Parts: sequence; structure tokens; C-alpha cells
Amino acid sequence: MKEKLEQIKAKAIREIENSDGLGKLNEVRVAFLGKKGELTAVLKSMKEVLPEERPLVGQLVNETRASIEALIESTKAKMEAAERELKLKEEVIDVTLPAKKIQVGHSHPNTIALEEVERIFIGMGYEVVEGPEVEYDYYNFEALNIPANHPARDEQDSFYINDKIVLRTQTSPVQVRVMEQGKLPIRMIAPGRVFRSDEVDATHSPSFHQIEGLVIDKNITFADLKGTLAEFARQLFGEDTKVKFRPHHFPFTEPSAEVDVSCFKCGGTGCRFCKGSGWIEILGCGMVHPHVLEMSGINPEEYTGFAFGVGLERIALLKYEIDDMRLLYENDLRFLRQF
Amino acid sequence: MNTSLSWIKAYVPDLQATPQEYTDAMTLSGSKVEGYQCLDNDLSNIIIGQIHKIEKHPDADKLVVCQVNIGKDAPIQIVTGAPNIKEGDKVPVVLDGGCVAGSHDGKMTPGGIKIKKGKLRGIESNGMLCSIEELGSSRDMYPEAPESGIYIFAEDVEVGESAIHALGLDDVVFEYEITSNRVDCFGVLGIAREAAATFGKEFRPPVVTPTGNEENVNDYIKVTVEDPNLCPRYCARVVKNIKIGPSPQWMQRRLASQGIRPINNIVDITNYVMEEYGQPMHAYDLSTIAGNEIVVRRAKKEEKFVTLDGQERTMDDTVLMICDGEKAVGIAGIMGGENSMITDDVTTMLFEAACFDGTNIRLSSKKVGLRTDASGKFEKGLDPNNALEAMNRACQLVEELGVGEVVGGVVDVYGKKKEGRSVPFDAVKINRLLGTNIAKETMLGYFKKLDLGFDEETSQVLVPSWRQDLLCMADLAEEVARFYGYDNIPTTLPTGEATTGTLPFKLRVEAIAREIAEFCGFSQGMSYSFESPKVFDKLLLPQDSALRKAVTISNPLGEDFSIMRTISLNGMLTSLSTNYNRRNKNVRLYELGNIYLPKQLPLAELPEERMQFTLGMYGEGDFYTMKGVVEEFLEKVGLLGKVIYDPKAGKPFLHPGRQADIYYGDSLLGYLGELHPQAADHYSIKDRVYVAVLDMPEVTKLATFGRKYQGIAKYPAVSRDLSMVMPKHILAGEVEKVFDENGGKYLENYQLFDVYEGSQIKAGFKSLAYSITFRAKDKTLEEADISGAMEKILKALEGMGIELRS
Repeated sequence: MKEKLEQIKAKAIREIENSDGLGKLNEVRVAFLGKKGELTAVLKSMKEVLPEERPLVGQLVNETRASIEALIESTKAKMEAAERELKLKEEVIDVTLPAKKIQVGHSHPNTIALEEVERIFIGMGYEVVEGPEVEYDYYNFEALNIPANHPARDEQDSFYINDKIVLRTQTSPVQVRVMEQGKLPIRMIAPGRVFRSDEVDATHSPSFHQIEGLVIDKNITFADLKGTLAEFARQLFGEDTKVKFRPHHFPFTEPSAEVDVSCFKCGGTGCRFCKGSGWIEILGCGMVHPHVLEMSGINPEEYTGFAFGVGLERIALLKYEIDDMRLLYENDLRFLRQF
Repeated sequence: MNTSLSWIKAYVPDLQATPQEYTDAMTLSGSKVEGYQCLDNDLSNIIIGQIHKIEKHPDADKLVVCQVNIGKDAPIQIVTGAPNIKEGDKVPVVLDGGCVAGSHDGKMTPGGIKIKKGKLRGIESNGMLCSIEELGSSRDMYPEAPESGIYIFAEDVEVGESAIHALGLDDVVFEYEITSNRVDCFGVLGIAREAAATFGKEFRPPVVTPTGNEENVNDYIKVTVEDPNLCPRYCARVVKNIKIGPSPQWMQRRLASQGIRPINNIVDITNYVMEEYGQPMHAYDLSTIAGNEIVVRRAKKEEKFVTLDGQERTMDDTVLMICDGEKAVGIAGIMGGENSMITDDVTTMLFEAACFDGTNIRLSSKKVGLRTDASGKFEKGLDPNNALEAMNRACQLVEELGVGEVVGGVVDVYGKKKEGRSVPFDAVKINRLLGTNIAKETMLGYFKKLDLGFDEETSQVLVPSWRQDLLCMADLAEEVARFYGYDNIPTTLPTGEATTGTLPFKLRVEAIAREIAEFCGFSQGMSYSFESPKVFDKLLLPQDSALRKAVTISNPLGEDFSIMRTISLNGMLTSLSTNYNRRNKNVRLYELGNIYLPKQLPLAELPEERMQFTLGMYGEGDFYTMKGVVEEFLEKVGLLGKVIYDPKAGKPFLHPGRQADIYYGDSLLGYLGELHPQAADHYSIKDRVYVAVLDMPEVTKLATFGRKYQGIAKYPAVSRDLSMVMPKHILAGEVEKVFDENGGKYLENYQLFDVYEGSQIKAGFKSLAYSITFRAKDKTLEEADISGAMEKILKALEGMGIELRS
């Protein structure tokens, strides 16, 4: 019996080794280990074995079965690995072929710049506020210390609807609307569209965007204004950005300033971008004029504040080195895709 | 405003600064220097030479050979083609290696043209004789220069000296941006005062000495001001025995540095004083002044007047006129009349230095359509106290220059005298506003430098009338800040009550709109809020359409920008058209912008501004692509219920069979559709265009970012497929409504999986196939659970004439 088992085993090993694929290997398994397989047949013939030998023979049969099974399994694993290897080799692709992209759209450069500005000020505790684009003359001018016939009205060539209603020339009227609500302290920015009657050219547009900022609280100082805008400039243009405050005049702030930042292209040494000066003008600002506070019902003896106004297009043009403002309103996809 | 450095130095003699230092310091103290030009930038090695001898060039008819004395032992030889020189002339000579600014035809060469010695037709030439154009200027500024040829100096110049210096070209002209509040700085004296304070040097304005003979001006002229509000002050003086001629070189040079062309001594003096004091002046030929009187009155309606430029102009009754006993002789503060202008024959003239209401001059200047140097100054609102000073300065120059004999006295019609002001001063408050710790004495020092007084007792700063900008403590704080230096003020961050930074809900919804649009391949465009009324025709809107009722701009840039848009499509279609014409393929754009809907016209209150989310595309994709974008957006902002599409949107600019209003419940959110081919034609787009417009206020009302987790289904679903044949006019939406209304509580969803129209089906019919899914949260459904619902659905479908397909 033992010899017979040895023979079966040897035969099985031979056939397993000669199997040329998983199919064949399975046939071998059936032929030896299946219900009608050779080894099963041996088990079935156990009744012919003497009872006292049966345990031994049984053990032998099981050992044989186990070793055949083990060999089949390991062979199978090898075959599968080889087959997978082959498949992987066949599946090699050219990774340099073009990508299949979902064509996502792109934000307008103004929006990207605005979101950056909003992020900075929201981080400093400012609320984002909006106001009407078609605005009462009172909010756009009078309440900002620009009474009828003030020369500043000419400087900001306004579009009029009638003698009481204008297209706002600045986002500053939103200041007044917020101050009038009387909820103090105030920390807000007001982005939005403004209008001035400038003919369209590379640096002018009759419609553009500003971001107004306003802080009103007790003990707000010009030094706070400087610190806030310096921080803003650093976050917007880079950690090494320096700011320069120059005296200026706006009817609704006093003292007033214009702010230059060190040229982020050349770092302040002077280049074509900053016209050799090393500085680029980015915004106007100042301490809210006491008369403006008064008109909006805030006591200037108790509260002070600062305000600033940034041209959004100016930021976008500078940051992205766009050389013609008209591009911003043509909406050519070849332009928009770059942002 | 421009000034030359030399003119500033005339009043601040100790000023020492390079042009760049001057620029920086003045800018930081508030007189912003926009730029400067060194007049001798491109000039070098140019001296005064004297022509010793002129000989013909042996080989060239048009050239001559000059021996030029340049102050050294031996004269040098220069070949020139200039026609206007003779022996003995003193001329500018650029020596070998020197530089000139341009060529003789007036064309400038940035960086200059280098002159080297060489041979001209075989004859050695060691330099070049220069015309005024080659020196970078023109006959306009140097009227004594010949029309063509070499500039010839007056005889008194020194041979061998710098020609650049002799011509006053060793100067720098600064250009300032003066803010409207600093009226005093529109004169050289004002700037010089600022410069003196900035550099801490002494300010020495001209000393105006008394002028005039024994006669009395009142015997020559009488002045009546009818409207003292529009003319707070009118000063008049008379000059007789006038000798018209050129003004002296120094005056010409200073005027030239302001860009003012020298004309003759009288005109030059008026211009000079205007620049120096910022006070415009006018000179009339007294012989043309009828009745020896001046009347300042308003013009009559439609009054015609010929200004000294020969133009006839029409006034209205708000324009102030200067008149004599019979007629108008000038438009006040803007321009004199042709009938009274100074000519070369003038013997006696009337000098006028007046102060007019700035606003009136500005408005008049607009009405008359004439803006002059004078009106530009008057409209800023001048200090009446400056007028007499300027007048006397002009008369002083008349005497100094020997232009004529000044008649004694002045006619000075000055009603209510404008006084200076007292402004309370409190160093503590100023420091508190600035965030500084500046000593009171330091502050007072700044005021003193600016000629501001101080009353110790009342602690008030005494502001002279020419500083119209200093009205309150904050104004004084600015004076302190700018001389302390904005740079020296510390930088701090605001302290106090903390506030939270927020983005309002509306803007969050807009941010989602952008996000979804961009994810779906749409890029953001921006277009103008104003457009042409022709847009309504382009969009095929009927004449009585409510959308044609638009807010109109009274002073637009032109008809194309004259109305505030009431519909957002034109901007979108124009942008798509631009892209189409530039051959950009598969263009998808969106815009977030307002439309402006008047509540009534004419406008009495602000129009309603409604934010529109507008999407437009051509190329790949169709109606359903656009519909998908709309639904992605609505879902993302929490409109999770069923969106209804009503094909009866009635939009004339959309394809009549491919448009829908978008409803959510009863709320009309907007519309979408394919652009009407005729409208597409109007925008020159030869492709199908799809648009969607969502009214954001309506969407925002319904939007929510609140979400509740529903649990993931644990029990299996049961599906039923329905294949239906129906008349073509029945919409999928109507079928779906049947499912919604009859599906019962287990209805989970339904999915259209086939649409068929064609030969397999009878004409006029179509087939739709839906898979309807039922599911229960708490059990596995059995046939019995859904049979009722299915029965109801089938019955309802049958009622609509819909048959099941076997």
C-alpha cells in the first residue's frame, strides 16, 4: 500500500510539474484529489486493509494528500504570479500621452485678488459689508464731507441719474451707511463696483472695483492705521514688503495718506515695473474726519477711526502683471484661463 | 503745478538738495513731486564761443569754415552749414566729446547725441555750433532765437563760460501733484514756503515796495461790483506810458520753466505774478474801456461775447462778466475779450487782480466750454487777501522793468474782509489721535515754520486766510504728522473690543455659485453695468416689455453706456461673441453682477439691485448640460427638493421650443434655454448658445447650509420599470409629477433610462422608459407593499392617454 501511495505521489508531482496552466493544474487536482481521484480511490479501498494497519495507512494517505495539495497550492501561486506579471507587462502605457482633464473654469483675476483681500481682513476681525451701486448723492458725497460744488466732485467725474442719485464713485458711502446704524465698534470692509466717467483705455475704465475699509472704536490712532495696512501689505505682497505713508488729501479723512509698497518685482531697488522708484502706490487712507463721524451720529470726542480704499483692479493688475485694463472686461477665455 | 529749482531757490536761498533729495523730502512732507526733469540732462561740454572768422568751404557750397574763439589761446575750427552767423557772433559751441539733446529740426534724442571731432568734406571740424532746438528747447521758450540756424547770444555774455548756464538750462523742473485743499500751493511762493519748512531753511518772499506816481487812480477808473458774492474782491490799478517790448531773460526763463511762452513784458508780468502768487491777473487796454468804468455783473441770458482768442461764446445768467460803461470786456476769471485786449499800440492799461467765487468759475468754465490757466486757479477758491499783494507785486515789476508809469493808488472793492481763523490746539489730543508722543514745543515749532501764529493764552493756532484747509484740530494734527514725518509715527494694531470677521450669507451663496460654475467648466467674466438701449432690440424684447424701463444716466459716456442694465444677458452674449469671433472653441462663461430695476420712472428712490448668476456657453454641451449646472448649484446651496421647469417661459430672446422658467415650489428662480437664432445672429454667433440666469436674491432666500444625515439604506429596494408610449406633447415632467403624486411613502426615486421617437412607434407619439425605485427604511419591501402605489400610477397614466408598452 505504501508503495502504491508513493507511486501516486510521484505521478502527481510529475503531472503537477508538467501542468502548463491553471486549467491543467485543476485537472490534476481533480484527477488525484477529486471524488473520483486516485487518492480518493485509495481511501475508498481502506476496507481491504487490515484493521490494525488502517491507522497507519490512513495517516500515510493523509500525508500524501497534504503534500500533493501543498504542491498544487504553491504551483498555483507561482502560476498566478507569473500570469499577473505577464498581464502587467502587457498593460504598460505611455504615461506621457495627454491628460484627460475635466475642463474646470477659472475665477476672474479681480475675484482672486478680492478673495485674498477678504481673507486677510476677515482674519483680522473685519466684517464684509455691501452697499448699493446706484447711490444717493448724500451718501456718496455730502455725508463724506463733499458738499455740493466741492471741487472733489469734479475730480471724481460722476455719472448722474438725477440731482439726487448717482452711480457711486467710491465704496466709501458704505462707511456712512454702516456708521449710521450706530453699532459700535466697527471693523468692516466693503468691496464693490464703482463708476467714474473715464473713457476706456489701458489704464482707465468707467466701471471698476474698490474695497473700502473702516474701523471705528475708542482710541483708534493713526499708528493703528499704519500697523493695519502694513500687515495687510505684508500678507498680500509678501513678508518683506515695506510700506511708505505719504501725506495726501481726502475730504473725509484727516490726516490723510497715500500708501506705497516697496516694489515686489525688484524689492525696492527700482525697475521698469515701478518706473525706477522702487515704490508702487496702492491705496489712500486716513483718520475718519470728525465732521464725517458727527454727520453719521458718532461722537468724535469719544470715538476715532480710520478708513482706507483700495482699487481692486490695481491690485489685480499689479499682482498678475496685466498690462491692459481692458483685458479684465473682454472676458477672452485665453485670458481668463491663466488665473 | 510745476516749479523750477532756481525759482524756489530765489525764495529759499539756503536750500541745498539734489533733485532726488528734494523730490523725496517734499513728497514726504505733503507736496507730492510727481517727477522732475533736469533741463541739461542730455547736454554737456557746451560753452559760449565767439566767431572770429568765417571762410567758404573749399569743396562744399553750403558749408562754411569758422574759427571760433572759446576763451583759450587758440581758436578752434568748426565747419557749419548754418546760414545766420557772422563774424563776432557769440554762439553756443559743443566741444569734441560733448553732448546735445536733439537735432536742429526739434527732434529730441533721449540720452543725447554725442559730438565728436572729424572731417566735413575733407575739412577738420572740432565741434558744433548749436541751435536752440539742439539744446533741447524751442523758439517758443526762447523767442529771441532765430527761426532757423544757430542761437546767438546777447553781446554781454562771457566767452568761454558755460552756455548751458547762460541759457538757464542748468535747472531742474519739478512737477507736483497739489491736492485741492492746498490752494496756496498753486503758486511758487506757496511751494517755496513748504520747501523752506521741509528743509528747515529761511523763507524769503519778495519784498513788495510801494509803487505809483502822484496821480490818483480814481481819476482814471471807477469800479462797481454788482454781485459781491461772486466777486468778493476787485482790485484795479492803471499803468500809463507803456513801452511794449520783450521781458528780461530771467523772467522769460522762469516762465519757460512753467511751460509758459514768453510774449511781451506786460503779458509776461501778469503770467509771472500768476505763477508766483497763484493769483491770475488781467490787463485791459484802458482806451477801449468805455465810460472809464468797470462793472462786474452777471451776463444776460444768451449774451454773446467774443473772447480774445477770437471765438464767439454764449453765456447764461449765472456767468459773471467784466463790463465797461457800455459792453462786456471779459468773462470774469476765465478770459478777457477781444475788444479790450492789449495790442502793441497800447499806451495806458488797466490791471485787474480780483477774487471770484470758485464754484461759479468752475461751473461757468464748463458752461462756456473754456478752461484757462486763470480759471483753473480761480475755481479752487482763491484767498481775496492775496489779490492786492499780487497787484502791487505786478506794479513793482512794471516799474522795475521800465514797462510804464504806474498811476498812484488802487481801486479796491472789497466788501466783507476775509479774516484768518483761530483753531483750538491741544497737544494731548493730537498725540492721542496720531498714536505719538510729540512734545508740545515741537508741534508749535512746526506751526511757526508754516507762518501759523499761536496764542498762548487761549491755546489757539492763528491760521492766516491763505491756509483755507486748516479748520479743526484734526487739520492741525496733519500738519504735525507731516513735519514729524509719517515715517516716524509708530505702527501698532488696534486694541479694544474684539470683533469677529464674517462673510455675509449672500456672499457665501455667491461663493458657491462660483465654485459650482467653475467646477462645471465655466470661467468668470465681468461686464459693464451700463449698456446701450439698443440691447433691448438685440434681445428681441417687445416694445412694451417691462425690461425696457431702465434707469438712464443723465451724462453717459455715450449712448452705448447710457442705461443701467435690466437684464444680464447682453454682457454675457457680448463676451461669448468676442470669444466666438476670436475663434475660441467650447466657451463657457459665467458672471455674477447686478441688474437695476427702477421702482418707478423717473427715479425718485434707489432702484432695486438684484444679483444675477448668469451662465452662457457654446460648443460642447446642450440644454441639458446647462440644466445640470443649474441643478448642481441649487443642490449645493440646499435646495434639495424638486426643481420645476415650465416651458412656457415666454422669453422672446430664447428658442421658443427650448426654454424654461425655473421654479422651486412657487418661487421663480430664473430661466434657461437656447438662444433664439435671430438673437444669436445679432451677436454674430453662428453656433447654438445656451444660457441660464438665476435670480440670486430669490435663491438666497431659500438657500441653507444646514444638512441632516438621512441614514444609509439598510433594506433592499424594489424597482419597477415602466416603458410608456404617449403623445409627443406630454412632457417628462408631467409623467414624473404622476410618480410624485401617486408613488406613496415608499417611493425613493425614479430614473429615466430611455427616450425614443421613431419608426417603431406610431407617428406623433414617443416612448419614455423609467425605472421607479421603492424602499422602506425599516423593512424589506414585498410585492404587496408597492402594488397599491403602482396601480395608482398606472391608472393616472392611463388617464393621461399614456399606454404601457409591452
